[in-house]
Amino acid sequence: MRTIKSRSRVATAFGVVLLVAAATFAARSAPATDAEVDIDQFTFLPQRITVKAGTTVTWINEDDVPHTIVSSSKVFKSKALDTADKFSFTFTTPGTYDYFCSVHPHMTGAVVVEAASGSNAAQ
Amino acid sequence: MTSDHHDERGVSRRKVLECMTWAGTGVLWTVAGGVPSSMGIIDEARAVAPSGLTFLQISDSHVGFDKPANPNALGTLEEALNKINALPVKPSFIIHTGDITHLSKPSEFDDADRVISQARLDVHYVPGEHDVLDEDVKLYRDRYGRGTKGAGWYSFDADGVHFVGLVNVVDLKAGGLGNLGNEQLEWLEGDLKGRPASTPIVVFAHIPLWSVYPAWGWGTEDAARALDYLKRFGSVTVLNGHIHQIMQKVEGNVTFHTARSTAFPQPAPGAAPSPGPMKVADDKLRSVLGITDVTFKRGQQRLAIIDQPLQR
Repeated sequence: MRTIKSRSRVATAFGVVLLVAAATFAARSAPATDAEVDIDQFTFLPQRITVKAGTTVTWINEDDVPHTIVSSSKVFKSKALDTADKFSFTFTTPGTYDYFCSVHPHMTGAVVVEAASGSNAAQ
Repeated sequence: MTSDHHDERGVSRRKVLECMTWAGTGVLWTVAGGVPSSMGIIDEARAVAPSGLTFLQISDSHVGFDKPANPNALGTLEEALNKINALPVKPSFIIHTGDITHLSKPSEFDDADRVISQARLDVHYVPGEHDVLDEDVKLYRDRYGRGTKGAGWYSFDADGVHFVGLVNVVDLKAGGLGNLGNEQLEWLEGDLKGRPASTPIVVFAHIPLWSVYPAWGWGTEDAARALDYLKRFGSVTVLNGHIHQIMQKVEGNVTFHTARSTAFPQPAPGAAPSPGPMKVADDKLRSVLGITDVTFKRGQQRLAIIDQPLQR
């Protein structure tokens, strides 16, 4: 949660700058909500998560053993995460991203990224 | 007899049964498999007066691990080494079946080396998945990879026994198990070719080469091909670690055996939501950690495998 807080603080500061420049544009390009995946009991929770393009997904290792997050199509790859370590990746392109733990490959998960333009275009 | 007494007895009996289920898994396998090997304490080992080749297996020292299941994994490794140094018959060498470290950190490898070298014996290593967490497996290979092929596989001979160290913890595929890979399997085929079928073979690797519990990744995807190359030999012993508990199985001429960890126990297959480190009562920890003594006697098909807990 700490990451999300600091990130929104940055976003706010950024927003203020943008507000001076062009208020309406700043509102429209607000970042997608960040998402979190917990690694607990050798399981990614949720195992399949659906997010809007532009979302930063953060994995947190809650286990007593190290895990990794490795994209099956080599789009992203974390270092080994010790207990409480985190890894984040921002998904900009829609699609389904399968991933697994390269240390315990029976652990698998997926991030489904949907186009973000739909909601913005409605304004 | 009051009902209170019944309750007390019920509880203690349940407790005893729990302990037996946990500590007895390996014993049960032994009986079911009809393996002429004993599992016991150091006194029994003393009674066996070995005349053949004796070597020692240690596994899963997880140096650097400091979580509740064992806040001092280096300390219990040190205890294991004290146990080895106190053996009545000095083993010829040590085999370490991987997970030397917990996080592949240079300092963890340093600490492990410092403690294990106290045995003043040759140590033959294979890596566990915890030893190859760095991108290119450089840390493990720089230390232990001399004279090995690929990610660290090799073979050697001792007293007429052919030893093969295999690596099944690199290049793992999504959804899969342990993996040997084509290159290593081809090497194994060539390594065994031309050896007389009477040569006793000892294969050691980190992850079990038989399917102990695939749902937890406890098995090796392409082990069948390796076992196919081994089936013509009269005596094959496969030593593994990874699952932090004793399990044994016999298939034809092949005896499979997993060793205890020197760091922390893991639950029996399916007995917990995940295979994570298992916290036991502090005074029980050393009874579920241990070392494995293996003796080969000429003329006997199977090797005598004796598991010793750090403490009864």
